[in-house]
Formats: sequence, structure tokens, C-alpha cells
Amino acid sequence: MYESPSWLHELWVARDVLWQGFLTSVQCSGLAILLGTLVGIVAGLVLTYGTFWMRAPFRFYVDIIRGTPVFVLVLACFYMAPALGWQISAFGAGTLGLTLFCGSHVAEIVRGALQALPSGQMEASKAIGLTFYQALGYVLLPQALRQILPTWVNSSTEIVKASTLLSVIGVAELLLSTQQIIARTFMTLEFYLFAGLLFFVINYAIELLGRHIEKRVALP
Amino acid sequence: MTQAQVSTQNQALLEIRGLHKQYGPLEVLKGVDLTMQRGNVVTLIGSSGSGKTTLLRCVNMLEEFQGGQILLDGESIGYDEVNGKRVRHPEKVIARHRAMTGMAFQQFNLFPHLTALQNVTLGLLKVKKLHKDEAVALAEKWLERVGLLERRDHYPGQLSGGQQQRVAIARAIAMNPSLMLFDEVTSALDPELVGEVLNVIKGLAEDGMTMLLVTHEMRFAFEVSDKIVFMNQGRIEEQGPPKELFERPQSPRLAEFLKSTRF
Repeated sequence: MYESPSWLHELWVARDVLWQGFLTSVQCSGLAILLGTLVGIVAGLVLTYGTFWMRAPFRFYVDIIRGTPVFVLVLACFYMAPALGWQISAFGAGTLGLTLFCGSHVAEIVRGALQALPSGQMEASKAIGLTFYQALGYVLLPQALRQILPTWVNSSTEIVKASTLLSVIGVAELLLSTQQIIARTFMTLEFYLFAGLLFFVINYAIELLGRHIEKRVALP
Repeated sequence: MTQAQVSTQNQALLEIRGLHKQYGPLEVLKGVDLTMQRGNVVTLIGSSGSGKTTLLRCVNMLEEFQGGQILLDGESIGYDEVNGKRVRHPEKVIARHRAMTGMAFQQFNLFPHLTALQNVTLGLLKVKKLHKDEAVALAEKWLERVGLLERRDHYPGQLSGGQQQRVAIARAIAMNPSLMLFDEVTSALDPELVGEVLNVIKGLAEDGMTMLLVTHEMRFAFEVSDKIVFMNQGRIEEQGPPKELFERPQSPRLAEFLKSTRF
């Protein structure tokens, strides 16, 4: 009599596909968080200290992106880039969408943290003769980063979760890989739960990293 | 001695001519003239809103001003006349001029993420470009002078208000400024901590440091100053040696102000 294979057996068979999906998820989220944070810091600085005309394009970017669902953003990047004559892979388009999303959020976090610093900090920096950029680098940003960290961890985990949307444009990240395995094995619950566990592992690692840095830089 | 050297020696350290400052339509300084010689201690007094803190902050360009001129050691602060037009100095020049003055603030404004020592060395390393050993030695010298050498590795959050203010004074003075500005440095302190800060300032005055102060501590102003300047509604109403000014005020407004102030 035929005995259906155990879940552990199917998991073993699917290990390569799952591992590749896991790596793809980590790669696109990691890239988006890294690039988005850089974009966000620049945008946040301009929004805080720029003149009206410098701020205008960044304000437009941040407001548009924050008011749009990530899903729409990912689809827009996927379909609009080729329409504008830019040949880009699905992975590239998806990561671009996530990066834009991450950047807009980090921009507001950075602006908020800088504006929350007492104005006396900039004044005291200027009073000892530091230039604007020195004051920013040695006095304001180190203090702002401590404020930014907890919210940044939050945004980063949102990006990891949003990376599942890339399955819709055909990027074989963890969710799509899982769905493909389910289509073959019909073990729906088991593999979805397992995928959920893996996403949790990624996000928990980010949270631990954030907490570690927070402790390292905490002020007495 | 050359002619040029003679003229620099006789030159006033600080010369303010016809200073005008407005916030929008509100004129807060309406033509202020003030001269300070090297080694002078000058105290600005007056009721709040009279413009004394604004005047102090114009000297190191923490406030922009719209008219008049400030000369510090012969250099024009903030602006230059170019072909009859008033041009703001580039940031680099303003930063260099700011380093010629030191400032202590009402709220101390120590950098909370740096230790007491690092607060003092930051300017020495990044503005004066001193070598690390030199900067630390100089910072330690000034922390010792304000009586806080044993707290060198404490963060501002671990220090009392009076201690923070003394570190802030050390931070400013370690830069070897030619003029020190004190903006109501004891106003935010608990009464029992005021003395320790005033003693530090008194010591500096005895060393011959040139200082421009804003304070509400009239007894202290009387003891430490060479000249008291009474400001009223954006103008200098009366100025003179402390004894003269406090005992024989000429203007009725000063007489009234002195009557209403705790001595």
C-alpha cells in the first residue's frame, strides 16, 4: 500500500528551493534597508536643513511614497521601468520599490530625530567654532542616531515583511518558493508555518542587532 | 615697535557701532555702541526683553543683525561691505570668528553623548587641530582649574547643574578665546550651586580675561565688572563704573530697575 511521505522528508527534498528563497528574501530586504537608509538619511538632512527649493523635491518624494501602498509601488517599479526604457529584472524592480519605501520612512524618522534635539546643541557647536558639517557629524547625528535606532528597527522589519509582495512579480523569494513547494506537496499548513518561522527568524535577528547596538551606545 | 603694532595694541578688542537687529517688524536692537578694551569685564543688565542677550549673541553671530558693525580684534564680524553692499561672510570665516570668542549658555548645552573631557577636547581637536595628547593635556588643565578633573570621564547626565556649567566654561575657555561671553550662566541653577560657578568666573576675571556678561546677579556684577551697561528697550540707556552706576543712577528707568532688583 502507498504511504505518503512525511513532512520532514518533503522538507528535506525542498531544502535547496527553500534556502534559495530564504536567501533571496534576505538579499532584497537587506539591499532595500541598506540603500533606503542611505537615501533616507540624505533626504532627512535636506528636509531638516535645506532651503525651500532644496526641500521641495524631497518633500514631494516622501509624501508621494508614504501615501502609496508598498504593493502599488512594487508593481509600479516593475511595469513602469521597462515602459520608461529601463530594462530591469523583477528582483531589481522589486528591490527598487522597497528601497523607495524604506527611504521615505527613514527620511521622516531622521528629520524628526534631528528636530527633536535642543537648538542649544547646534549653537554650542557653532560657538566653539565647528562648521555646520562638523557640528552635524560630531554632535547632532551621534545624538540623533540614538533616537532613530528603535524606530529604524521597526521600519526594517516592515521591509522584510513587505518583501513577500515581490512574489507577485515573480521573484522567487521565500513566500513564492513556499507556494511552489505547496503546489507540489499539498502540505499547505506545514510549509506556510515554516515560512512564517523563517521570516520571524530574519526579523528577530534584526531586533537583536538593534538592541545590541542600543545597549552599546546607551548614555549613562 | 612698528607703527602697525602700536595701533593693534591701542585698538579696542571689541567695538560695536550702531548695531541694529530686528525679528521681522520687531526691532530689538536700535543702534547700540559699545567698546571694550583688553582685560575689561563688562556686564549688561536690564529687564528681560531689553536686548542684552541678543546683543551678546550678535557678537558671535548666533544672531544675524541687519545694521551696524561689530569689530573683534579689528576684524569685521558677520558681514563685509563690498562695493557698498552688505555681504554675509562665508560659513568658514564665520566659524573662524566664532572660535575667537568663547560662550557659556544659560542651559549649559554640554554635548550629552560625550564625557566631560571629550566635551572640552572636541573643539581643540576639530577646530584647533591639536594633537590628541596636547588636547587632552589642555582639557585636563582647564578641568582642574574649574575643580572637576576627577569627573573627567563622567557624562553630563551624571553631573550636577553647577558642575555641568563649569565643564561648559572649561570647554569654551580651553579654546583660548580673546573674548568670553557669559549668557545668564547661573539663571538655570539651584541657588546653592550659583556660588561655585560665579567663583570660577571671578577667578578668570582676576587672570585678566576679557569678558562680556549678561547676569541678574547684581552683587556679582558689582564686584567683578569694570563697567556696567544698562539696556532698555534695545538701547544703552546708561553705562559706567559699577559704583557710580549703582549709587548714582542718572536715568529714572535705571533707578527704578535697581529698586526692583534683589541686591
